[in-house]
Amino acid sequence: MAITRRKFLGWLGAVGVGTTSGKKNAHASAGKEFAGYPDSLGVLHDETRCVGCRSCEDACHRINNLPEPEKPFKDTSILNDKRRPDEDSYTVVNKYETSKGVRFRKIQCNHCLEPACASVCFVTAFSKQPSGAVTYDPSVCVGCRYCMIACPFEVPAYQYNDAFTPEVVKCTMCAPRLEKGELPGCVEVCPKEALTFGKRNDLIKIARQRISKDPDHYVDHIYGEKEMGGTSWMYVSDVPFEETGMREDLGNTPAPKLTSGALHVVPMVVALWPVFLTGMYGMTKRREKIAAVEKAHAVAKAVQEAETKAADQLLHAMETAKIQQENALIIAQAEKEKAVKAALTKTDTPKSEEDS
Amino acid sequence: MSEQDGVATQENGAMDEKNVFFTPFNVIAGGIVIVGLLLTILRFTKGLGTVTNLSNTQPWGLWIGFDLMCGVALAAGGYTTSAACYLFGMKQYHSAVRPAILTGFLGYATVLVSLLYDVGRPDRLIMAYPFIVQQGTTSLLFEVGLCVMLYLLVLFLEFSPIPLEWLGLRKARTIAVKLTIMLTIFGVVLSTLHQSSLGALFLIAPSKVHPLWYSPYIAVFFFVSSIIAGLSMVIFESSLSHRAFHSNMGKPYLEAHDPLVFGYAKAAALVLFGYFIIKLMGVAAGNHWTLLGTPYGIWFLVEVFGFVALPCLLFTIGFRDKNPGFIKSAAILSIIGIVLNRLNVSIITFNWQKPLSEKYIPSWMEVMLSIFMVTCLVLVFRFIVTRMPVFYDHPDFTNNH
Amino acid sequence: MENMMYTLQDYMLHTENTLYIIMGMSLIGMVWFWFFLTGNQEDE
Repeated sequence: MAITRRKFLGWLGAVGVGTTSGKKNAHASAGKEFAGYPDSLGVLHDETRCVGCRSCEDACHRINNLPEPEKPFKDTSILNDKRRPDEDSYTVVNKYETSKGVRFRKIQCNHCLEPACASVCFVTAFSKQPSGAVTYDPSVCVGCRYCMIACPFEVPAYQYNDAFTPEVVKCTMCAPRLEKGELPGCVEVCPKEALTFGKRNDLIKIARQRISKDPDHYVDHIYGEKEMGGTSWMYVSDVPFEETGMREDLGNTPAPKLTSGALHVVPMVVALWPVFLTGMYGMTKRREKIAAVEKAHAVAKAVQEAETKAADQLLHAMETAKIQQENALIIAQAEKEKAVKAALTKTDTPKSEEDS
Repeated sequence: MSEQDGVATQENGAMDEKNVFFTPFNVIAGGIVIVGLLLTILRFTKGLGTVTNLSNTQPWGLWIGFDLMCGVALAAGGYTTSAACYLFGMKQYHSAVRPAILTGFLGYATVLVSLLYDVGRPDRLIMAYPFIVQQGTTSLLFEVGLCVMLYLLVLFLEFSPIPLEWLGLRKARTIAVKLTIMLTIFGVVLSTLHQSSLGALFLIAPSKVHPLWYSPYIAVFFFVSSIIAGLSMVIFESSLSHRAFHSNMGKPYLEAHDPLVFGYAKAAALVLFGYFIIKLMGVAAGNHWTLLGTPYGIWFLVEVFGFVALPCLLFTIGFRDKNPGFIKSAAILSIIGIVLNRLNVSIITFNWQKPLSEKYIPSWMEVMLSIFMVTCLVLVFRFIVTRMPVFYDHPDFTNNH
Repeated sequence: MENMMYTLQDYMLHTENTLYIIMGMSLIGMVWFWFFLTGNQEDE
């Protein structure tokens, strides 16, 4: 079992389930880890054994009905080119000049335990099979080629020259043959046993044995045991892997973990952004309303002030007018009296004049 | 009457075109369209391999790096402007909303068309395979695709009052206008998501994107810089439109133009300032200081100082001194900066560890088709603004905003 | 054993599927909730 019983019980214990019936583990605890399908298969490539005969390439082409290359497989001059798997070949063997002489490496899909291609495919065309193979379903592929961007081993290729039904091309680990209980084509024909097929867990043990038996010869590292979360196809070598063109800076983070952070922000944005934005909108509205009310108040106040002022003025004017009127009356009265008096004196005087 | 004005404007537009149909612009645009159509036929009959320089190591080229990445970023004016106007209460920008929405809608439509050219099976993209047949929800591209499609719908609805006014469909237009606030909120949510996710697309490839550009903050970088792109594009575009479509502009638009430019310059300066800081923090978080001395590091510094810090400074001076010239050049600089950033992430520094001889350089046909896309966008934009109420309020609906 | 998830990818696909469904519902729910929340008010 890939997931050990002890670890598994540990998970159950962590959430206090405490039973041994456990059939589900996906929600066992927050610190869960996935160790891949138990008993999944893989291949171990021993670079110290590979002689660069290209038999594997030949077999691969035959089994998968790939187009024959221009130069026959017996022609090993092509090994000098740095090739990669492409639309016409699932696997290639390259030659490297290393510190310990010429070495060969077979390149094909490494069948990651947590495939980057599967993680990024937006139609889930890729899937990790319980057998260990990472398979591709061309019937849904849209051809966005994000898998090729994502693959750290640069394996998937695209049929750019097919105008109407281009597909992604990559090694299938001979999944159809595995189902029939047969070996992958390349493993079957390898004359040097450079390729060992078996359960991944066993392969790791075999690799360890080889390394510990001959520690001066082998590099103490199984490439693919942990790289990118582990691969089903692994390598051992007697030269640093860098010298046979392999990236040693990939890290051990499984591909889905690289994007999980960003993915998990998405629901938060969807849930909280509308709340925040509606709040902003509400505040804006509120402010506008308050502003409007304040404006109305200010206007009302101004109007009122103006009115009071006008009334005051009116009152004042009226009072003034009253006073003036009274004054005028008084003046008029006084003048009247004066006039009367004057008239009286006048009339008196002529009278007296007349009288006199 | 006001309606007559509208008709008159239309006729003027049409007459202008008839009188001087063979303007240099029209001749060049026509040439590009013809070549573009021929290349389109080639693309869909002979396949990607014939037209593009894409390879198995560089599966995303100009159409993703420029058409998609830059197209989406530069179409961000739609959500920034509508959010500023409707949600944050900056009503003085109202007259800028329509041009920005229109640009956004056309921009996204162009992105979608470009994607149909780029993917291997465009038929399946049209059939919405990812959303109907099988949902790859662990993919950020799923999220980008979903958001872009929904946002295109949102933009279409936000844009719809324009043709509805043009066609005089009063009832439909009233319904569309009623949805404004909801659409704006949806638009901002969707934009936040896909603008940032376009950056997050590259999180899966730490071994291929250069460490100075690969950062756990990349999604934030993309989102914040999209705001800069949106603001700068509105400034840049309005100055272009001013020259080209002056006769189609209404009084409110013309009056609001200068305060709008200054307001946007102020906002852009502020966001650029923040963006500069977070770019710096990105370097610190990854401890990539030593990489700054390498050729790629110098290139990074060129991007950050020449196209982030410098436009920030120019916007600031332009705003403080009320100098439209500074603002215009700052806008152009920051637009170039966004394009540069997107190309750096997706093409230029992608596969940085490979020898230069294996670098992808787009074929002339790819470049031509990208130019073709932009030209089509401009032509459709011109068709619409010379006929529909974009830069002016439709006389029948002036008070109904 | 069919409920057992062996890969992080399967697990994330499952959780993301659920999240997307919740997200879709939340957006619709938000609109509904807003109208419910403000529906009782005088038109102010």
